[in-house]
Amino acid sequence: MFKFILKRVLEAIPTMLILITVSFFLMRFAPGSPFSSERTLPPQVMENINAKYGLDKPVFEQYTTYLTNVIQGDLGPSFKYKDFTVNELVSAALPVSAKIGSVAFVFAVVFGVAVGTIAALRQNTWLDYSVMSTAMLGIVMPSFVLAPVLIYIFSINLGWFPAGGWLDGSIQYMVLPVLGMSMLYVATFARITRGSMIEVLNSNFIRTARSKGLSYSYIVLRHALKPAMLPVVSYMGPAFVGIITGSVVIETIFGLPGIGKLFVNAAFNRDYSLVMGVTILIGFLFIVFNAIVDILLAYVDPKIRY
Amino acid sequence: MHFNKNLLTAALLAGSFLGASFSASAAVVPEGVKLAAKQELIRGNGTEVASLDPQKTEGVPESHVIRDLLEGLVNQDANGKTIPGVAQSWETLDNKTFTFHLRKNAKWSNGDPVTAHDFVYSFQRAVDPATASPYSWYLEMTTMVNADEIIAGKKDKSTLGVKAVDDYTFEVKLDSAVPYFVMMMGHTTVKPVHKATVEKYGDKWTKAENFVGNGAFVVNNWVVNERIELVPNKQYWDNSNTVLTKVTFLPIENQVAEMNRFLSGELDMTYEVPNEHFRRLKKEHSDSVAIKGNLCTYYYNFNTHKPPFNDVRVRKAVSYAIDRDVVSKILLGQGQKPAYFLTPEIISDFTPELPAYGKLTQKERNSKAKALLAEAGYNEANPLKFSLLYNTSENHKKLAVAIGSMWKKTLNIDVTLENQEWKTYLETKKLGNFEAARAGWCGDYNEPSTFTSLMEGSNTTGGIHYKSAAYDSLIKQAIETTSADEREKLYYAQEALLTEDMPIAPIYQYVTTRLVNPHVGGYAVNNAEDKLYSKDMYIIAK
Repeated sequence: MFKFILKRVLEAIPTMLILITVSFFLMRFAPGSPFSSERTLPPQVMENINAKYGLDKPVFEQYTTYLTNVIQGDLGPSFKYKDFTVNELVSAALPVSAKIGSVAFVFAVVFGVAVGTIAALRQNTWLDYSVMSTAMLGIVMPSFVLAPVLIYIFSINLGWFPAGGWLDGSIQYMVLPVLGMSMLYVATFARITRGSMIEVLNSNFIRTARSKGLSYSYIVLRHALKPAMLPVVSYMGPAFVGIITGSVVIETIFGLPGIGKLFVNAAFNRDYSLVMGVTILIGFLFIVFNAIVDILLAYVDPKIRY
Repeated sequence: MHFNKNLLTAALLAGSFLGASFSASAAVVPEGVKLAAKQELIRGNGTEVASLDPQKTEGVPESHVIRDLLEGLVNQDANGKTIPGVAQSWETLDNKTFTFHLRKNAKWSNGDPVTAHDFVYSFQRAVDPATASPYSWYLEMTTMVNADEIIAGKKDKSTLGVKAVDDYTFEVKLDSAVPYFVMMMGHTTVKPVHKATVEKYGDKWTKAENFVGNGAFVVNNWVVNERIELVPNKQYWDNSNTVLTKVTFLPIENQVAEMNRFLSGELDMTYEVPNEHFRRLKKEHSDSVAIKGNLCTYYYNFNTHKPPFNDVRVRKAVSYAIDRDVVSKILLGQGQKPAYFLTPEIISDFTPELPAYGKLTQKERNSKAKALLAEAGYNEANPLKFSLLYNTSENHKKLAVAIGSMWKKTLNIDVTLENQEWKTYLETKKLGNFEAARAGWCGDYNEPSTFTSLMEGSNTTGGIHYKSAAYDSLIKQAIETTSADEREKLYYAQEALLTEDMPIAPIYQYVTTRLVNPHVGGYAVNNAEDKLYSKDMYIIAK
């Protein structure tokens, strides 16, 4: 197992390097500069700004300097938010996205798996149909439609929850964003679980277990659930990263100070260093969570380990 | 004669303030109004501020917050009139040398006195190339002695035309007579900063834990992309008249999200109102919809260096065929006015003249447009084709589509609409890779030159694609003249030349529309520059 983990870590290094290199140069090719504004700055001012941010040097030198700084954990100053460094901005935004993302993720997994299992066990009954059609609704309804509907009902009309804001992550501020963010994943997890569970329940070893006279609930919990979880676990990695990084819409609608919003604003502002910082972070998270999933899968399915 | 008139102007300027009482600049709660127990105001502020350093910012959201945190030489009252800030009074004899007398009780939030040296330091900092202020050109526009050469790196910042005569007397010297100079001192770029704090913390001086300011409020908490909380500055000279105990600015870019938060009671005032919801809001929440004139003009910019817009007949035809009444009254309908000139009518002490084409009916304008276009060689067989560039926004798109169809219907023009996100749009315009482009401008101060100077050949915001020697000469004369009447005439001449050359097609004059909870008192509804001071506001008991 240790060898397996080590291999994954070593594999991650070139991946990160390619990511940093490609995004660094791609960013420079985008039209416009972080300092372009309606009124063009006097050349002397422009020179000073370029010197301050190292943009006066050849691009390759900028790249090597950047890489050296990144290795030392320094993501540089933000070009747009002049009072902050990228490290400060990212470390303030990550906990927000992580907190809301984790809650949404746990909710999606627990609720999705439970619903999917129930639907599988009551296959082709009214319960299955109603649960799965609700899940379908969750999949087809994009969050930019769902979130305003939630706000309209629960904030404006009922006044139960705030329509936005974060306030250090108080519970009442999290309910609607979590719902808005997780519905798609609840639905997806439910569908995956149902499909996988039905397949497992129809397999030979379950039939054997049943013929032995074991109780149905024992069979489901003891024998069926673990193999049925394989596709669910595979989906957990991308889902987690998707929830954290793909939260731009929810973060914008609810005014949450998370990574997604930071990323989009950075791209619009051509805030090179901030875009790079967030890209590196997302890339890193993606690699880490995929590795965790692989390790989990190896644990669940011995075939992968060997 | 000139001398006498100048003396008179100076006496009027100085005399109108000297010896008067100015306590009216703080929150004035009318008699009979019962204040709420909780005096906390939550304001929508558009986007996240780029910085809270006045010499490093250029945007409106930044100015809204900085206005509460730092006090310049002058402020504005609810009607947009310039009133004393840190400077209690000022005088000038020739509109070239201005002497400001600072109030002796003005203090920084750490207890230090605010002195003329602070202003010297801050003004020098604004033009210092090392600060890299995006608005350093503003000081150049005041014609402050040596500002241009310092910005260009040719002279040291210490040569700037500013001087601390003593601790409480601040003197500014200009190259030209600028009678509206005092008004220009209300701008964000010329707010003072606390030297010791800036030098100690560098870029981090604006953080809540380091912040030292001289405004009515100080930074208490700043969560990027979520909120900036301000609390009263106990050292502020007029703190006893500040009613609010907390002001929160929320950066909410999405207009609908902002509206929803207002409707659910989480915001006291919004930054703007989504256009598509305006009519419904006006109907259902009429007591919350606040509309006021705004010192801004919306226009289309023609690239006069390239065909087809290097032909003035084409520019005129295209401009004439825009039905500005339909745009302002039907498409927008919030109180926007049609524009046939660059300087909006709300500007103080100047009434732009409606040009001849503005007096015609749209039908008459259309037939003139047809004739002009035919004269320029465009007809059924050879229709005019061009692309219209705009920055990505639902409102710009809506207008572009409508105006495009007006052109198609009246002149059979094939317009390609091209939208680009902001930075790309700026780059395209800068490089001159456009034929016609959307643009807009809001005055930096309430005087016509803030608009007319936009079309000067050297002005990189608007004029570079016009470049008219005749126009530039009119601008130069207006700066140099010592007579107010003469200057006014020159402004009329500038506008007339713009109508004649039509480098831009003015379209409409802006309004500021907000949702303001009726329990907010002291909202300045007549301030054309939208200079709101939280210290003037209060919460009324329900």
